[in-house]
Amino acid sequence: MMTPDTEEALAAAIRDASGPLLVQGNGTKLSMLRPVQAAAMLSTANLSGITLYAPNELVMSAKAGTRLSEIEKTLAEAGQQMICEPPHIHGENQTIGGIVASNLSGPRRVTGGAIRDHVLGVRAVNGSGEILKFGGRVLKNVTGLDVAKLLTGSFGTLAVMTEVTFKVLPVSEATGTIVLRGLDAEQGVAALSAGLGSPFFVTGAAYLPAERKAFLRIEDFATSVKYRTEKLAGQLSEFGAAEILGTEDSIALWRDIRDCKFLEASEAVWRLSVVPSAGPAILRALAPLGVTGFLDWGGGLVNLTGPADQATHDAVCQAASVAGGTWWLMQAPEPLRAVVDVVPPEPVALAAIRARVQASFDPRGILNPGRLRAA
Amino acid sequence: MLQPKPKSNVLEKRAEIIAGLKAVLPERAVIGDDVSLKPYETDGLTAYKQMPLAVVLPEDEAQVVAVMKFCHLHGIRIIPRGAGTSLSGGALPLADAVVIGMMRMNKILDINYADRYAVVQPGVTNIAITQAVQDEEFFYAPDPSSQLACMIGGNVSMNSGGAHCLKYGVTANNLLGLRLVTIEGEVLEIGGKQMDAAGYDWLGLITGSEGQLGVLTEVTVRILHSPEGARAMLAGFASNEVAGACVDAIISSGIIPVALEFMDKPAIHACEDFAHAGYPLDAEALLIIEVEGSETEQTEMLARIRDICAAYNPVSMRVSQTAEESAAIWKGRKGAFGAVGRISPDYLCMDGTIPTSQLPNVLKRMQAMSDEYGLKVANIFHAGDGNLHPLIMFDANDVESFHKAEAFGADILKLCVEVGGCLTGEHGVGIEKRDLMSVQFTPAELDQQRRIKTAFDPDWLLNPSKVFPLSGLSAAA
Repeated sequence: MMTPDTEEALAAAIRDASGPLLVQGNGTKLSMLRPVQAAAMLSTANLSGITLYAPNELVMSAKAGTRLSEIEKTLAEAGQQMICEPPHIHGENQTIGGIVASNLSGPRRVTGGAIRDHVLGVRAVNGSGEILKFGGRVLKNVTGLDVAKLLTGSFGTLAVMTEVTFKVLPVSEATGTIVLRGLDAEQGVAALSAGLGSPFFVTGAAYLPAERKAFLRIEDFATSVKYRTEKLAGQLSEFGAAEILGTEDSIALWRDIRDCKFLEASEAVWRLSVVPSAGPAILRALAPLGVTGFLDWGGGLVNLTGPADQATHDAVCQAASVAGGTWWLMQAPEPLRAVVDVVPPEPVALAAIRARVQASFDPRGILNPGRLRAA
Repeated sequence: MLQPKPKSNVLEKRAEIIAGLKAVLPERAVIGDDVSLKPYETDGLTAYKQMPLAVVLPEDEAQVVAVMKFCHLHGIRIIPRGAGTSLSGGALPLADAVVIGMMRMNKILDINYADRYAVVQPGVTNIAITQAVQDEEFFYAPDPSSQLACMIGGNVSMNSGGAHCLKYGVTANNLLGLRLVTIEGEVLEIGGKQMDAAGYDWLGLITGSEGQLGVLTEVTVRILHSPEGARAMLAGFASNEVAGACVDAIISSGIIPVALEFMDKPAIHACEDFAHAGYPLDAEALLIIEVEGSETEQTEMLARIRDICAAYNPVSMRVSQTAEESAAIWKGRKGAFGAVGRISPDYLCMDGTIPTSQLPNVLKRMQAMSDEYGLKVANIFHAGDGNLHPLIMFDANDVESFHKAEAFGADILKLCVEVGGCLTGEHGVGIEKRDLMSVQFTPAELDQQRRIKTAFDPDWLLNPSKVFPLSGLSAAA
């Protein structure tokens, strides 16, 4: 395991590598996607620390190995937060580099955008060991190709990020949640859709089938939250009487939704992104296979868990494809992950371009080969 | 402006190429005579002009595919064009290139309110999307000043912003999917109607790629429900520094207005003459601040903002009382470029971005440059996100004045990079800033971007001579 202390040392390690490298931060996401066959491991864990924080400019930079928990603590002390509230589904050791490399976003993604919407700049080392920076520290930047976005969500297969810069926002003064009970999934998503299609700026919209409850979150100044939760609850009266949760209860609830606490413990975990109205049918189609889950992002994020076998995996992927959506295999025993498509296969024309783009960053094919797709 | 040498074998075969295009397209979709080509010789950056070899105006995706295959086969360069409003020369033709104009692909294909998206063709104007959904009280958020004319395909290609992106983000943050035709004539479906896409973020890479990677034939955008209402206020200050400090104080307080715009004195005067919006003429700097929500929410938020502004001794402060008053305030701001056009025969509109804390410093240094060059500059600034629009006034009939304006503009952009910002916040690199790219990027960083371009377009036929400095072109192509 190589854990370089500087960007230059990391670049040298890549230049000197004689074969494939398993690239990671603290390794918390190694049970996601495909296993990498590599003799050597390269970690960004020792590239750590916040390098810039300008609360008045809504911007922070941190080295890739900085723990998310440290970033969130520093932001909280200044009354700010990560906009997309990344899930803590991989424990408290996950790094900001890992969050950006996996583009994992939480409930606020539905209106606030994903990590990829907030990454302003990256420093990274490509497969030839060149140190490169793309984007910057300003909120608006269209200078050249948006390589920072391309690296976001690329799981270390194009370049190893050494530092990331991202936009942050103030924590709202208050949070309120509208809870609607006794709804089936279709009714639940209809309620979420009505809320998201209202003028009240809903920042969280989830449905829990096990509890038959739909949740809509509003965050803003206290008087605004009070006004808008009451007004929206009134508009949603066709879905039954609403319970309204205050700030403290809301924060606890949405933390649990963010961290997928409502998924039963099971061998395999999937994450599907589909049009919101497709969520309920997917839950229903997969229930007979012992696959359970819940909906976030107004119905468009389907978090699922179930048996880790090929037939179940195929059924989950099929359900996502039929809905025109996409999937990630978030967790499964290694033998299954090694043989199935962990993300949707690509059409031929795109696959050819993807291979050329990958080679343009990593001509030797040594960075996390096979992490997303079989080489 | 240095351009790549036209391919003589293409120029010589112009008549055959036009005939060949007419063979694969309807006759009405091909323009080959000089009189009809004239309107395509320039775009929003009118300082540069070049007649193209031909123009094609495809009516559907199949025709786009046919054009791409034909041009690919014959090694002909292609310049994609929307409404031709680019301020960076993104649609400037080359003598040996076919301009592919997307204005006839202007249909709205699907609107879905439950799932909150609209599928449109690239030639639909920005405003037309909002107009198509406003009866249901929805809107498409990014609002570039040219929104009445500019097309969504161009917005995607340049990753356009607007005055309200402080709250709603830029084009890239409001897209779900695209269809893109590659130079080989393959149709790629990128993203979809869902929020996240597995695999690489092609949507993010293609957005803002300035026609370097393919030609768009379909765009799926997010649509949002309109807020209950919006209201603007004006606050005039005695100096740029004080106004800049006030912007800092507003953001630091935890308030993110939907828009936070800054004008300096020359801009205030030009816009007031044009819009009669009641801008304070005695102020050195003006902030336009807009908030959204119910009447009560607007009142409360504006009261908080007024309290903050009051600490910076404003020379004037006025909250809009009516929708008409708010509209007039925005008319002045959105008409700013035209307004400056009324007081100067010509102007160059720059588009750098800086860290907002650098605003007073940058404005001071820009004033020094203005004195040095002997050219006036008016500043319009998306203050919340650091995007500067200095308008450099010059006289295009005076060649020396134009060259000075260009040099002044380049110095401003270099200053933006020096203080931690970038060359362009929302207008794109185009032809205008191509040779400044090496100020912001190292040779290795430029080469990495060129290799990505090559992966999509191996022969560099798509919008060549834009974005990347010409010096590296032959090496990568």
